[in-house]
Amino acid sequence: MLRRTLLLGLGRGPLGRGLGTHRGGSILDRDGKMSEIKKKIRSILPGGDWNPLYDTSYLPPESSDVVIVGGGVLGLSVAYWLKKLEKPRGAIRVLVVERDHTYSRASTVLSVGGIRQQFSVPENVQLSLFSIDFLRNINEYLAVADDPPLDIQFNPSGYLLLASEKGAAIMENNVKVQRQEGAKVCLMSPEQLRNKFPWINTEGVALASYGMEHEGWFDPWCLLQGLRRKVQSMGVLFCRGEVTRFVSSSNLMKTASGEEVNLKRIHEVHVKIDQSLEYQPVECAIVINAAGAWSGQVAELAGIGKGPPGTLQGTKLPVELRKRYVYLWHCPQGPGLETPFVIDPSGTYFRREGLGHNYLGGCSPTEEEEPDPGNLEVDHDFFQDRVWPPLAQRVPAFETLKVRSAWAGYYDYNTFDQNGVVGPHPLVINMYFATGFSGHGLQQAPAVGRAVAEMVLEGHFQTINLSSFLFSRFYSGEKVQEHNII
Amino acid sequence: MAAPKASLHLVAPVWNGGTRGISGLSRVVAPEGNQKKGRSLLQFLADRFYDVEALRDHLLRKRVSKVHQKNRFQGREWIRPNQRGHFSLDFLKLQAVPVEAVDASGCAINYQGLDSLLALKELQSLWLQRCPHVDDWCLSRLHPLASSLQELSLAGCPRVSERGLACLHHLWNLRRLDISDLPAVSSPGLTRILVEEMLPSCEVLGADWAQDLKLGPEEQPRDTAGPTPA
Repeated sequence: MLRRTLLLGLGRGPLGRGLGTHRGGSILDRDGKMSEIKKKIRSILPGGDWNPLYDTSYLPPESSDVVIVGGGVLGLSVAYWLKKLEKPRGAIRVLVVERDHTYSRASTVLSVGGIRQQFSVPENVQLSLFSIDFLRNINEYLAVADDPPLDIQFNPSGYLLLASEKGAAIMENNVKVQRQEGAKVCLMSPEQLRNKFPWINTEGVALASYGMEHEGWFDPWCLLQGLRRKVQSMGVLFCRGEVTRFVSSSNLMKTASGEEVNLKRIHEVHVKIDQSLEYQPVECAIVINAAGAWSGQVAELAGIGKGPPGTLQGTKLPVELRKRYVYLWHCPQGPGLETPFVIDPSGTYFRREGLGHNYLGGCSPTEEEEPDPGNLEVDHDFFQDRVWPPLAQRVPAFETLKVRSAWAGYYDYNTFDQNGVVGPHPLVINMYFATGFSGHGLQQAPAVGRAVAEMVLEGHFQTINLSSFLFSRFYSGEKVQEHNII
Repeated sequence: MAAPKASLHLVAPVWNGGTRGISGLSRVVAPEGNQKKGRSLLQFLADRFYDVEALRDHLLRKRVSKVHQKNRFQGREWIRPNQRGHFSLDFLKLQAVPVEAVDASGCAINYQGLDSLLALKELQSLWLQRCPHVDDWCLSRLHPLASSLQELSLAGCPRVSERGLACLHHLWNLRRLDISDLPAVSSPGLTRILVEEMLPSCEVLGADWAQDLKLGPEEQPRDTAGPTPA
C-alpha cells in the first residue's frame, strides 16, 4: 500500500515514461527489495513460518489434520481425493511425508505400468474400471492452470492371459465375473489364438482370455508427476523426511457386550529430517499408511501387532518387501505391433516396449526362490534359468534375444491373500491403510485413493464397497484370495 | 421381384459441380425430340430474359427431383444435410436399411460419441479424417466393427499415435487403411511398416518408409567452416 501511494504521488516521474511500463514492477522495486520486505513482513505475522533464529522452511508444519506416510502414487491419490471431496474447500490440511524425493526405490516408478481388469475378485475389477476411466479423463481430473496437459502414453493393447488345462475352468469363472462387472474380455480357444497371434506356440494352452478394451500399459512416472503437480496446486504440503515415531494415547473402553478393548489414538507423528538427527513432531488427527513395501514397518511403529499372537492386538500388518526383476530385451524377429501384455500359465509375462522390437518382461519367483530384498541388485541368472526358457517355449522367436537392461523393484506384498488393505485399523482408530496391493497397486491407485478419502470424510465407502479389504480380515482369517497375480 | 436391399452413405454437404447451372443441367438431362420445338422457343426466350431463365431452371429442378424420388436406392446414395446443416426427416423412414459408410471427417466426434457408430453392425467404410478429438482411446473402441469394416481413414487426426494404431489389428476385415499425415506419430515410416506387417491383407496408405531414413555418413553435407584455431 505504501508503494501504491508513492506511485500515485510521483506520477509520470523524471524518467519520462510511465512507471507502470517499467518491466517487472515499479521503480521502487527495481532491485527486488520491496517484494522481499513484503515477504518478510508476511512471514513474521502470525500464521507464517518465520523463525528469527534460523531457517525452518524444510521442516513440516507443527500440526496437520491428515498426515500421509508415503508419497507414491497411492499416497498422492489419497491426498488428491481428500482435497477434492472435502467440504468446505480448504477445510483440511494434508501433509505428505516422503523420505526419497527422487523416488529411486519407489514401486510406482519401477513398475511395468500395466492396467487390466482381468482379476478374480469383483472389487478388483471395479477398482480397475474406475482407474482406467480416471486415466482416460486425466486431463479433466488433474488439470492445473497454465500447465501443459498430461500425456500418459497409454497403449490400449490389452492383456492376454493363457491358461493350461488345470486353470481353464477357473479362467472361465473369472471371465464371467469380469464381464458381470463390465469388463470387455473375450475367451479364445488355441485355434483362434493361433489365427490371431501366429507367433504364439499354443502347446499346453487350453484357453486364453483377451481384454479387448480398457487394458494396456502407460507411463507411471507421468501419472505420479501429474498427481504431484495437482495436489501441490490444491494446497497439500510436502515434507522430505521419514516417520520414526508415533505418539499415541490409549483408552480402555468397554464394548456393548462388556468386553474390554484398548483403543489407541495417534496424536503426534515424529518426522525425522533426512541426513540429520533433527525431527519435528507433527500433531495430527488422522494418519494414512501408504508407505508401500515399507508399510509393515510403519505399522509396527504404531504398535500394530504388539500383543499376544492370535489376538487382534497381536495381528501384524502382513505386508512385506518382495523384490521383483524386470528385464528389457531386444528381439528383431519378435512379435509385432499387435503384441498384448502376455501372461503365460507359468507366471512369466512380457509386453512390447516401443517400436523397435524391444520387450519388457519377467517372472515372479516362487516362495522358495524369493531373493533377498535388502538391495535392488539384479540377478541376471534368474533370467537365464527362470524367465527365458518358458518365454522361448511360448514364443519361439524369443529363442534369439539379447537382454539390453534390467532393473529391480519392490512389491508391497500381502502375504495373507495378495490383495490390498484399505480402511481403518480396528484398534488404532485413526490409522487408515492404503497398501498391500502386491503388484497391482498402480493400476488401482485412483480408485483406492477415492475409497480411502470417502472412508476418512464420510466414515463409510460410498462408490466402491471395499469392506472385504479391511484390516479385520487378517484376524478373522477370511481370505480374499486373488488368483490372477503376476 | 423384391427390390434389393439398398445402402446409404451419410456425408457432409458436397458441392456437386456436375449439375450446376442450366448448361450443366442440359448435359445431364437428354433432350427428347418431340419437345424440341417448344424447347427451342423457351431456349430463345431464356437467352434473352433472366426471368425466363430462372423459370426454366426451377422447372428442370422439379423434374430432376421427381426422378430422384422414384429412383431412390437403385444405387448407393449419400444422405447429406441441406444448406442449413439439417438432415431431411425422410431418412427416418429408412430405419431398416443398414448403414454402410459414414463420413465423419472434420466432425468433433469423441469417445462417447462413438457409441452411435459402434451400433452399426454392417458398417463397411468409416472416414474420420481430421477429427480433432479422435485419439488412441477411440481407436481401441472400434473392435465391435471388426466383422464388417473394410475401409478406415484416419488421415490428419492430430491425436492419433502409433499406440492407438496397434489396436487396429482387431479389424481383420480391413482392406484399406489411411494413416497419412498423423502428427502425433513419432516415426511415420517405421509405423507404416509395422502396421503393414500387422495387417497383411490390408492396403495401408501412409507416410513413405524412406522418410525416416537418415543420410549416411558419406552423404552428410560437409561442414567446411571448422573451429578457428586460437
